[in-house]
Amino acid sequence: MWAYVLRRVLATIPVMAVVALFVFSLLYIAPGDPAAIIAGDQATPQDVERIRASLGLDRPYLVRFGAWLWDIVRGDLGTSIFTNLPVSHMIRQRIEPTLSLMVLTLILAVSIAVPMGVVAAWRQGTFIDRLVMGFAVLGFSVPVFVVGYLLAYIFALELDWFPVQGYTPIARGFGPWLNNLVLPAIALGGVYIALIARITRATMLEVLSQDYIRTARAKGAGQGNILFLHALKNAAVPIVTVIGIGIALLIGGAVVTESVFAIPGLGRLTVDAILRRDYPVIQGVVLLFSFIYVLVNLVIDLAYTLFDPRIRY
Amino acid sequence: MDRRAFLKTGAAVAASGGISAPALSQGAAARTLRFVPQANLANFDPIWGTQYVVRNAAAVVWDTLYGVDDKLEPQFQMVEADQVSADGLVWTFRLREGLRFHDNTPVLAKDVVASITRWAPRDPMGQMLAAIQNEIVAVDDRTFRWSLKQPFAKMRFALGKNNTPCCFIMPERIAGTNAFQQITEYVGSGPMRFLRNEWVPGAKAVFTKFDGYVPRNEPASWLAGGKRIMFDRLEWVVMPDAATASAALQNGEIDWWENPIPDLVPVLRRNRNLMVDIADPLGNIGSFRMNHLHAPFNDVRIRRAVMMAMNQEDYMRALVGDDTNLWKTLPSFFTPGTSSYTEVGGDILKGPRNMDAAKRLLSEAGYANQPVTCIVAQDQSITKAMGDVTADLLKRMGMNVDFIATDWGTTGQRRALKNAPGQGGWSMFHTWHAGADCVNPAAYNALRGTGDNAWFGWPTSAGTEAGVAEWFGATTPAAEKTAMDKINTAAMNDVVYAPTGFFLSYTSWRRNVSGIQKGPLPFFWGVSKT
Repeated sequence: MWAYVLRRVLATIPVMAVVALFVFSLLYIAPGDPAAIIAGDQATPQDVERIRASLGLDRPYLVRFGAWLWDIVRGDLGTSIFTNLPVSHMIRQRIEPTLSLMVLTLILAVSIAVPMGVVAAWRQGTFIDRLVMGFAVLGFSVPVFVVGYLLAYIFALELDWFPVQGYTPIARGFGPWLNNLVLPAIALGGVYIALIARITRATMLEVLSQDYIRTARAKGAGQGNILFLHALKNAAVPIVTVIGIGIALLIGGAVVTESVFAIPGLGRLTVDAILRRDYPVIQGVVLLFSFIYVLVNLVIDLAYTLFDPRIRY
Repeated sequence: MDRRAFLKTGAAVAASGGISAPALSQGAAARTLRFVPQANLANFDPIWGTQYVVRNAAAVVWDTLYGVDDKLEPQFQMVEADQVSADGLVWTFRLREGLRFHDNTPVLAKDVVASITRWAPRDPMGQMLAAIQNEIVAVDDRTFRWSLKQPFAKMRFALGKNNTPCCFIMPERIAGTNAFQQITEYVGSGPMRFLRNEWVPGAKAVFTKFDGYVPRNEPASWLAGGKRIMFDRLEWVVMPDAATASAALQNGEIDWWENPIPDLVPVLRRNRNLMVDIADPLGNIGSFRMNHLHAPFNDVRIRRAVMMAMNQEDYMRALVGDDTNLWKTLPSFFTPGTSSYTEVGGDILKGPRNMDAAKRLLSEAGYANQPVTCIVAQDQSITKAMGDVTADLLKRMGMNVDFIATDWGTTGQRRALKNAPGQGGWSMFHTWHAGADCVNPAAYNALRGTGDNAWFGWPTSAGTEAGVAEWFGATTPAAEKTAMDKINTAAMNDVVYAPTGFFLSYTSWRRNVSGIQKGPLPFFWGVSKT
């Protein structure tokens, strides 16, 4: 298995290289000029030209790509055009809120969605099933920002239970950290809960019709035992796969959620960087997200062995 | 114990075994002012980056030699006294005592000379001064002398104006940085320190009171007078979403929101804990610029036809809404309500609009259905609203509109291209100007008619330029007013650009905050919180 893990980790290198080339080329051909934004609205075209030259944006594509790639190889993500801060420093400043939000959402979603899907499959065709599936449709249909605004209005403005915005680092206490993240995690988790609940239900329906479930029932196993011990474990592989794929959903959703709840995370950093054409920051963050995505999928692949002993690497 | 406190305590105790955050006492909270700025503070070099938000933050960290007051008059600030020779060619400045940088070193004349030298190439008035400069030297620690080849009547205004870039005073070692490269050290001369280690670009910027700052004795008025800070800590909290900022202000999580959008103002007004007022009486002027280099707008008759047909009320209602306290039509290029405001020559924008006459003029000019490449940034509510109105206007005039919906970053790049519209260039784009920049020609790049060297659109207007030169030489208010009449007339005739109207915006704060001044930037001196 360790050889497999090593192979997979090494395989991330060409993936990252392709991502790097793609991201750099896309940004190179995309319109927009950070120099014009820096110079401000009153600047003359000559000022803009001088700033562009000072940032090295007037250099040819290959020269810029080569310099950037060389920096990446040396572990240097570059320096933000706008803030003059190292991109790695900016990412460090922002990674905790985003990871916190994603982890909490993941925990919340899995703990709600899996039981929902199991119960819906168990009670197939009943009111409970229709309720769960109705919720799933709602979760898919209502945009994250709408859920966010509604939650903020009800639970922050009207009931005054949670703050409207902001983030408290976990180092300042688990309570304040959680207090800031509850609403964003619920808002972001909606679509994720819907996705996992539907997959869980579909997979469980298939598993519950298997012979060994009938055997378990015949042997007098309790309903909870059948559902969560026999059936769910065998339905886990597709569910875990969807959870892994859904990380991309979380990354995309975090951008919106962080804006709605003013959380200083990587999502907002990315949007700000795109709007300003802060190329080094965009490239750095996209590379990081790609790396996280590849890594998560590796972990998911390894997790299969826990649920299905037939799988060997 | 209220619900939030209960929830916090419960969650902390139950989930973390009692790990809790250090409590912020009421006194500490009162000594922290939490402010939502108009935009993200993405960089912090007010000479390198001339965005308004950078200027606004810089004004609390760096002081200026002079400062304009609310009457737009420059007053002494770091300068204690000045003297100008009889021929107007030599200015001698004396710094006041007790000026210190945030690293506790004294502010010396050599620092000022270096700061002016870095500022000049980035500022229109600075460039004018540099062009007529013989030398600028430090005479002693507190005195510097600037000798010129010809008199420059607006010296004090140039060094104290609030238009970006302001002439902020930095230590010589920092001011020695190339004006087109960003500084990396933020040692200020103003009333508050910038805490670089707490700066999270895009999210937060923090300033603390500098105890070594010696304010002037006069009452504070805009950038002039005693800049007394009444709290210990100022936190800028960046909120990209207006609804979130509104909710946070209502919830008491922030104290002051610089620019609430008009749609949310009724909600804020209904809240008894909040105050809402006009932010800046100098407001903003909306505009669209036509490309004078290429057809169809290289023909002044076609530019005039558009001006004849346009209805500023349409633009303002689309932009600000039906609250007529917030906007007015503007037959002028200058900021209304100021002493030198003029409407002379602005007849083309007055009275009922005449679409038929505009179409006739278009026909006389031989408009041959050339496409009008209209660039409209969709991510800025102001440009989007104006762009939609213009597209409709041009279509009603019978023009062939090529509507390019894009973002502000792309607009910034494309508007700099002088190519023909069909080859990557453009015919028109929309923008707006802060009213403070349009009070007079001093920092009004957008109004200049210097052809290839002019602002985007590259208008040529000899009459405008003659008026600008006359204004810079004017030594009395009456002479300045005469010059501005000429500028307005010539710029209207040549249609240097098309003003779409004058509009104001609101600011909102919690009732426990007092001392907020109306002005072109948020002034934090004199503001207190109970």
